[in-house]
Amino acid sequence: MSEISHILPLSKPKEGISKTGTWRLKKPVIDHSKCVKCLMCWLHCPESTIDVVESSEKFVEVNYEFCKGCGVCANVCPVKAISMVPEG
Amino acid sequence: MIVGGISIRELPRKKYLLPGNSSCPGCPEALGLRYLGMALGDRVILVVPAGCSTVIEGLAPNYSMRFPIVNVPFASADAVASGVATAKEVLGEDAVVVVWAGDGATADIGFATLSGAAERGDNIIHICVDNEAYMNTGIQRSSLTPYGAWTTTTWTGKKERKKDVPLIMLMHKVPYVATASVGYPMDFIEKLRRAASIKGFKYIHLHAPCPTGWRFDPSLTVEVAKLAVETGMWILFEAINGKVKISPSSLPYRDRSRRKPIRDYIKIQGRFRALTDKELRKLESMVDDVWDTLIKFT
Amino acid sequence: MKLVVMHLTGNYAVAWAVKLSRVKVVSAYPITPQTTIVEKISEFIESGMMDAKIVRVESEHSALATVFGAASSGVRAFTATSSHGLMYMYEMVWWSAGARVPIVMAIVTRTIGAPWNIWSDHSDFMSQRDTGWLMIFAEHNQEVLDSVIQLFRITEDPRVYLPGMIALDAFILSHTTEPVDVPDQSLVDSFLPSRRQPYTFKSGDPITMGNLPSNPRDNMKMRWDVHESLVAAKKVIMEVDREWGELTGRSYGGLIECYRCSDAKYFIIGVGAWVGDMREAVDMLRSEGYEVGLIKLRFVRPFPAEELAEVVRGGKGAIVFDRSVSAGSAGPLYLDTVAHLGALNVGVPVKNVIAGIAGVDVTYNDIAGVVRSFIEEIESKGVVSNYVEWYFG
Repeated sequence: MSEISHILPLSKPKEGISKTGTWRLKKPVIDHSKCVKCLMCWLHCPESTIDVVESSEKFVEVNYEFCKGCGVCANVCPVKAISMVPEG
Repeated sequence: MIVGGISIRELPRKKYLLPGNSSCPGCPEALGLRYLGMALGDRVILVVPAGCSTVIEGLAPNYSMRFPIVNVPFASADAVASGVATAKEVLGEDAVVVVWAGDGATADIGFATLSGAAERGDNIIHICVDNEAYMNTGIQRSSLTPYGAWTTTTWTGKKERKKDVPLIMLMHKVPYVATASVGYPMDFIEKLRRAASIKGFKYIHLHAPCPTGWRFDPSLTVEVAKLAVETGMWILFEAINGKVKISPSSLPYRDRSRRKPIRDYIKIQGRFRALTDKELRKLESMVDDVWDTLIKFT
Repeated sequence: MKLVVMHLTGNYAVAWAVKLSRVKVVSAYPITPQTTIVEKISEFIESGMMDAKIVRVESEHSALATVFGAASSGVRAFTATSSHGLMYMYEMVWWSAGARVPIVMAIVTRTIGAPWNIWSDHSDFMSQRDTGWLMIFAEHNQEVLDSVIQLFRITEDPRVYLPGMIALDAFILSHTTEPVDVPDQSLVDSFLPSRRQPYTFKSGDPITMGNLPSNPRDNMKMRWDVHESLVAAKKVIMEVDREWGELTGRSYGGLIECYRCSDAKYFIIGVGAWVGDMREAVDMLRSEGYEVGLIKLRFVRPFPAEELAEVVRGGKGAIVFDRSVSAGSAGPLYLDTVAHLGALNVGVPVKNVIAGIAGVDVTYNDIAGVVRSFIEEIESKGVVSNYVEWYFG
């Protein structure tokens, strides 16, 4: 018997279903010179849009394509290394 | 940061909630889902009744998470999870079956189903993601909306108190009951891992301040969650086999004098805007009452 | 082949069929007259005769939810209910079909309140006909046992992948003992392959079932696929019934069974236990010279439209007995029958008799009387005056 294909209500994971970066009113800008690598911004980002890159220039970076600009990261940063800058 | 022997650096970096999902900015459920992934990862099969998380998944033929998810009707989640867990037991497959339900699917429409699964001791974790109203349908009151809070079905503030579901679950004599908060991720992750190590029915009540429904700025989700604990409005505890232990983050607030004023918590949320001083005093006495009751079980 | 003849009630025949089908998860909530099905299954499991888990849930909504969860996670699963229980799980009935999860459920047909009443009519079962489930109705306890096993095979066929429900009349079958041939386990094993389903939830394998579609047209196509798969199930039903016949010597015509139809001019159409009384009525009317035959619809969904039309075409009239009613319109079997016969240009007068509601007894004498009047009216006037007749006996 050949495999029959049905139209099923199934979905597969995909990053970036919506370009949620366009929702943003303010943009988190990280001052990497102040960063103490505590990971608090990574831990508390509701969007999974802060990535730990651990390069020589920066420890973390924001994925602006999808960051919604909520500002949680700026508030949880213990050294105030993240500022929320209005989008032009 | 190390809490309960878990180091933040050792947490898995794999994303279980994916960028580009449909949550509102500052969403506490999105935070909770990330912590669930960090705690239990690939072992999870998620059962999701109707609610905000249904929407956060995003649109078919894709979805914004990396958990296997069974989407189910509102009142059915714990029963579906019981079926999934039973099948996995029969097949000898490892799985942590997790119900991810809002306050409605836990305390209201899904309450009988929750109680049934708890009484049978089915091998599942029920997480109540409590944003204290029906947010997905537009901020209507639930039995977990606190006294005095504005919703779109309580325009002058809710007249009834919040149902104490964690204690009701404790009285089911299940092996594990805990409360958690999106403001205390390490505590939540630790509790999730402990729950997953126990066979039988586990209940975790996750306090989830919602910027959209509670009327506060989305950047304040974590602050509001912490204030709830620091004012004593939300108590973090854990009960293994019925023995209640106040969690370290809430322990100082057992002493009433060390709690921040509830007014601090109320004033940064628009939903309590119309609360009078008299009503605030009533709310404060309700909070004392919740503590007094809980302490009796410690 | 070893045949064991046992004396089984309809409910015990269901339980035996579930055991023989190697069901792994059963979940149910008590309701009369279904209860003895799960009582018997519990006994099988607790005595070690059946290797399965039973989840004793707190409601019917949870019973089907649990079965849906188990079945979607990779095992054969079963539930049973009646009347208000089926009404309470209605949402899950739709969800299971939309999710394309093979499940088998027995419905011991019972009327719906108010008022409270435990006797048989077909209101509960017939109210499910839009859901997307396969719907089979048994006439006697042997057919109950055979059909449950067949239904597992049909629902798990990749051409179908839909849940299915089997109806048996309250008390008339459920609590009445008949001799039933219970086939050998090895025979059932040779007939029923191991579990097949369109997808399975597993940890570490991220898929989701049921999130919001980006385009409603995709959603409409899912519903279309449910419909198409039910239509495609007709072929599967015929194959499966034929194969079962080769193995056991018992087959039921697949979708419909005709009794004394070959030279008939008038046709009685019905489903369920009272088809047995209709056979008696046909014999009685034949002995009086009436050219009457009987069409038993075995399946209500898929509706055997062409199969029915082929038999009725060229006849002089048909009379459909409904044991339920779509209040404000007519009996549901009648509505399906006239719609399809009309569209297929079978131009014969069709009358509806609504009888036996709420458990009112209907004997073969009653049936013969109604059919006799119908034939005489057509023969004398050429038309049916009262095409939806309520018969109270």
